[in-house]
Amino acid sequence: MTLLDLITIAVIVFVLFNGVLTVVLGVIWAERKALARLQQRVGPSRTGPSGILQTAADAVKLMLKEDVRPGSVNRLIFYLAPLLIFTPIFMLWMVLPFSSGLILSDLDIGLFYVVAILGLSVVGHVLAGWASNNKYALLGSARNAAQLISYELPLVFAVLAVGLLAQTATDRPFSLAGIVEAQGGVPYLLIMPLGFALFLVGALAETARIPFDIPHAEEEIVGGAFVEYSGIRWGVFFLTEYAGLATMAFLAAILFLGGWNGPFSDQFPPLQPLYLILKISAIILLVFWIRAPLPRLRIDQLMAFAWKLAIPASLVNLVVVATVVYAQQRNDWELWLAGGIISVVSIALAVVTGFIIQRRREQRLNQFRQRWAQ
Amino acid sequence: MPGEYAFNWAAIAIAAVFGFGGVGSFFLISRILAPRRASTLTAIAYECGILPTGEGNTRYNVRYYLFALFFLIFAVETVFLFPWAFVFLDLPPAAFYSMIIFLVVLFFGLVYAWRKGVLSWR
Repeated sequence: MTLLDLITIAVIVFVLFNGVLTVVLGVIWAERKALARLQQRVGPSRTGPSGILQTAADAVKLMLKEDVRPGSVNRLIFYLAPLLIFTPIFMLWMVLPFSSGLILSDLDIGLFYVVAILGLSVVGHVLAGWASNNKYALLGSARNAAQLISYELPLVFAVLAVGLLAQTATDRPFSLAGIVEAQGGVPYLLIMPLGFALFLVGALAETARIPFDIPHAEEEIVGGAFVEYSGIRWGVFFLTEYAGLATMAFLAAILFLGGWNGPFSDQFPPLQPLYLILKISAIILLVFWIRAPLPRLRIDQLMAFAWKLAIPASLVNLVVVATVVYAQQRNDWELWLAGGIISVVSIALAVVTGFIIQRRREQRLNQFRQRWAQ
Repeated sequence: MPGEYAFNWAAIAIAAVFGFGGVGSFFLISRILAPRRASTLTAIAYECGILPTGEGNTRYNVRYYLFALFFLIFAVETVFLFPWAFVFLDLPPAAFYSMIIFLVVLFFGLVYAWRKGVLSWR
């Protein structure tokens, strides 16, 4: 650990910081374009070719806007909250591997680090809502806290199941790079589809995307925790939301889609970041696609789904994966047999979960029909 | 390797500094460039244009608190799960299955709360 090391790290972190900002600008532009296409509009088209500079122009506009601060806010916490929201998401990018050699800090407990730091961002939201001294902001932050902590559990259990599964193929099962290497043959999406589904739902809720954007809910609580923020402080909330989306897509690509693995990725290492970017883009586009047709859920539906369906399903998933992996290692089963068992059980669980949702939906519909028939 | 260990965690500490510093620099630039015209009207809390009534820190549903308590229980469970997951392949069967039994007990705790109606919004 020398001064040169520190300077190297600082330069890399600076590049990553600007990289995250650029990625966010790109993702916002892509979302506006994709949503416009899905809704048969043109989307941003004036600023630069295909409107690609639109978000940069928006950022400059936010910088130049007056920073309105009501007199009733708690000043210190009000100023501190945007910093506390953005920093954890940025700290996650330090451990994300871009290819087999391209990783800043390859922690042996990368998975645990990700889970721990992800839980920190809720603090900033609650502080922002509380410091604003505004009813809407308080309600928004309470909803945000409830949603984040509820959906963190299925997310964590799904991620933990990935760590357990990786122990069959690598001796560093909790490092993100180790997990990607363990998926050299089969991505965990095929072995554990239920885990991927739970992770995706949890990620949507963690980043408060539609259909889980109850904490923002513009029509009821006018934006939630950041009602009182304006100008660039509001922009930081927005930045964090999209940086979180990119981070979650990155994690999903690493944990479930095989990361940088692809055809000929071992022979030509420069292909690896390309495959990773392709997979991340696919997940981000899937999130935009989910956003386009769906309405917002109610808070009781949201919590019921988390506690009555997602958490039990993820617990069962975890126990099944642990037991099968343990039995495989003890009894020297073939790897494909263990993977097959987990994947069959996982698909069966997913089908049962979907069946429960469908039956509940029909019950509700029948209730409404009877009420309207009277 | 101790050198690599220090390098990894130094990177994370520097990232925290850059996260705070970078966002702080946005605020600084905005403070220099943006206009500031404080008035009594912009100093009022925003409630869709109507003058705010009552306190800002209003009451809200106690369910949020119950869910937070639940989360605490399950979060402690994950804290126990992670060390177990690191070594579970080397454990004897008794140690392995005791964790599974712990999970089952917690699951029934969830079912109990569910039956008691804690999870429904009434």
